[in-house]
Amino acid sequence: MKTDSLQHQIDKLVKRASFSLRPDLMNLLIKAYRSEPVSRAKKALGWIIDNARIAEKENIPICQDTGFPVIFIELGKDIKISADDAKRIEKYLVTSYENNFLRASTLDPITRGAPSYKGLSMHFEFNPALKGVKLTFLLKGFGSENKSQLKMFNPTAKLEEIEEFVLSSVKSAGPEACPPFVVGLGIGGTSNDCLLLAKKALLMPLDKSNPDKTLFKIERSLFKKINSLGIGPMGFGGMHTVLAVRVKKEPTHIAGLPVGVNISCHALRYASIKIFKL
Amino acid sequence: MKFENLKSGEQFFLNDFLYTARDQAHSRLLKLIKAQSSLPIDLSDSIIYYCGPSATPNGRVVGSCGPTTSSRMDMFVEPLLKAGLRIMIGKGRRSKKVRMLIKKYKAIYFIAPAGCGALLSTKIVSKKLICFKDLGPEAIYRLKVKDFPLIVAIDSKGHSIYEDI
Repeated sequence: MKTDSLQHQIDKLVKRASFSLRPDLMNLLIKAYRSEPVSRAKKALGWIIDNARIAEKENIPICQDTGFPVIFIELGKDIKISADDAKRIEKYLVTSYENNFLRASTLDPITRGAPSYKGLSMHFEFNPALKGVKLTFLLKGFGSENKSQLKMFNPTAKLEEIEEFVLSSVKSAGPEACPPFVVGLGIGGTSNDCLLLAKKALLMPLDKSNPDKTLFKIERSLFKKINSLGIGPMGFGGMHTVLAVRVKKEPTHIAGLPVGVNISCHALRYASIKIFKL
Repeated sequence: MKFENLKSGEQFFLNDFLYTARDQAHSRLLKLIKAQSSLPIDLSDSIIYYCGPSATPNGRVVGSCGPTTSSRMDMFVEPLLKAGLRIMIGKGRRSKKVRMLIKKYKAIYFIAPAGCGALLSTKIVSKKLICFKDLGPEAIYRLKVKDFPLIVAIDSKGHSIYEDI
């Protein structure tokens, strides 16, 4: 495998996403550990931090649920892509899952049967400001994915109603979805767009505030409200139910207000890489 | 193992053998029980860990192996308790019915550190495939664990650590 080949780059991406936590997330976990007053919750945060260190040192997955693979392919103005390239990306991802001993977790939804490495969620986007291609690989565990929610609000709905919906989604996610969470909220578009936006919101940097002032305010308000729910790390109570809330929006229709919630467990695992040829 | 005196919220380090089983394995066990067929595992005084480990890298005993969401197994619990299951290990809340069953059968429900599969893999001494090989990570494995960290989530009197949420 040549070091500059697409296969090599994808392999690096898969390894990074599944074996190590992102520094922005790790910093939030350490901060939470230092300030958590409830002793059992503090112990849980300690386990989470130790776990990430072991995974990184020993090159094993942070969590046995190595997720449903989601890949975002952002295409710059100078890039041409074909159906063959998309096939290659898929193939390299599967190979990388196998070679790195990740879990076979995908199967036919009706017949079920033996789990395999087949199947992924692939998204293409265009970004004229970009040179080359940016690949972002997200490994979405299903403990938290199972807690996704969609609600089609009336266009006259108040912001408080949306907040109430997010809070009830987080409550129903509870200890099962592995708190402390990162909560992604998508507002606008159509039903599927807002859910995709919510997922993309999880990929915003955790060490920078939202550049949109309105969304920043929503994030701050939800952050406080979720953290007063008292679910806490692993459901043990305490002040850290959520590590960050991230919100994205896009235009919607005059007749509606779609809102999607996508929750990530404490192991929000993704990695990005920029390449200049496919 | 004595666990009747453990109280919800207490920490416990397990040194024992346990069986992994999750959704599909439970579904198959239930079918066998219904058909009164013999079971591939002996459930009397057994421990079931809701877990589907990731693949085992060369030179390791097991891959990452943390708990999966227990509530998906709630509907399978009663016949297994009847058959002798005593200890369940997973993550998250259980239904009220399961809490009552735990009390009735003097069983116990522990939670293992959720999302900490790498850490837990270091507490596993051996792993053996027992049955349902075709299910891959969802097959039933027998694991020997040493100082496996747990917290009592529902004790044998039916008290739950999650009563408030």
